[in-house]
Amino acid sequence: MTFINYASREINCKIVYYGPGLCGKTTNLQFIYDSTSAQAKGKLISLATETDRTLFFDFMPLELGTVRGFKTRFHLYTVPGQVFYEASRKLILKGVDGVVFVADSQEERMDANIESLYNLEENLRAYSYELMKLPYVLQLNKRDLPTAIPSTELASELLRKDEPVVEAVASTGVGVFDTLKAVAKQVLTELRKS
Amino acid sequence: MTNSSIVMRETRYHQIKAVLARLRLDSSARIVVLVDKDGQQIAVHGELGDLDTTSLASLAAGNVAATGGMAQLIGEKEFPTLSHEGEKESIHISVIGRVLLVVVFDDRSSLGLVKLRSKQISHELATTFAEIERESAAAGISLPFSEITDEEIDSLFSYQ
Repeated sequence: MTFINYASREINCKIVYYGPGLCGKTTNLQFIYDSTSAQAKGKLISLATETDRTLFFDFMPLELGTVRGFKTRFHLYTVPGQVFYEASRKLILKGVDGVVFVADSQEERMDANIESLYNLEENLRAYSYELMKLPYVLQLNKRDLPTAIPSTELASELLRKDEPVVEAVASTGVGVFDTLKAVAKQVLTELRKS
Repeated sequence: MTNSSIVMRETRYHQIKAVLARLRLDSSARIVVLVDKDGQQIAVHGELGDLDTTSLASLAAGNVAATGGMAQLIGEKEFPTLSHEGEKESIHISVIGRVLLVVVFDDRSSLGLVKLRSKQISHELATTFAEIERESAAAGISLPFSEITDEEIDSLFSYQ
């Protein structure tokens, strides 16, 4: 749900990074956090376990700049990827404006990708959202690993519509900002339509 | 968008700020924040200092969402209020429709007083926010982004 405040001249949008456990959702946020200036970002909040696995969510506000006199702020969230955190994962999707699905390119994680994507669609439906109508980007992460399967093969299994597909290595930042840009652009374009 | 956007005009913003200021005074609280259930901060009033209210808003919404999930597991619709009492600082959260009223207070106040004052203004806030929702949904409202160009969107990412 986009929030437009005329008094403070701000527009706030919510973007959620979704995907299976250990696919690199938090790593995406961490790279964005590390690469942006202090003025453009707020704190990176990580509600994680003692072993650094996301327990509830990661959150960081990011200010991209001004359009038509309004500051555009994106609130970036990740969900916990592990299967048993289903209840928490669903809560984070509430009010989402755009979704990034972070797929793990390793062959052995293919089933986990498919299961997580199915789970995303199911959880969106619970809020009466449809993936087909939502600003959405598919990120193929961990492209640097020797066990990564060809991106065409991965995309053919995971593509849902004509969504942008970004190849990434989130740990080094490859594709991270391209992904963010692709989803943010769709969110702003949707605002134009609304 | 996934559901209707909330558009808050200046007059409504100042109206809400005035309600928050009154609550803060009446409850002797430090800070009063109004947050959307999705985690967006709507308005804030009080001794902010260097408090990160954006994070506070996001975590308050996460907190309410998590306890709401627990409520449903045990057959309740939701828990309408949440309180967290610390050694010096405490937080009280009231769920008012789709917004959350977050009150931060210290030993100059008490949980009982904050609860009472929050409850007393909840109807007023609910009514005001319902009006804001109606205005947001009203046809003919001219948003600043309806004529945004591709170039303007691209310019936001020019630093990358």
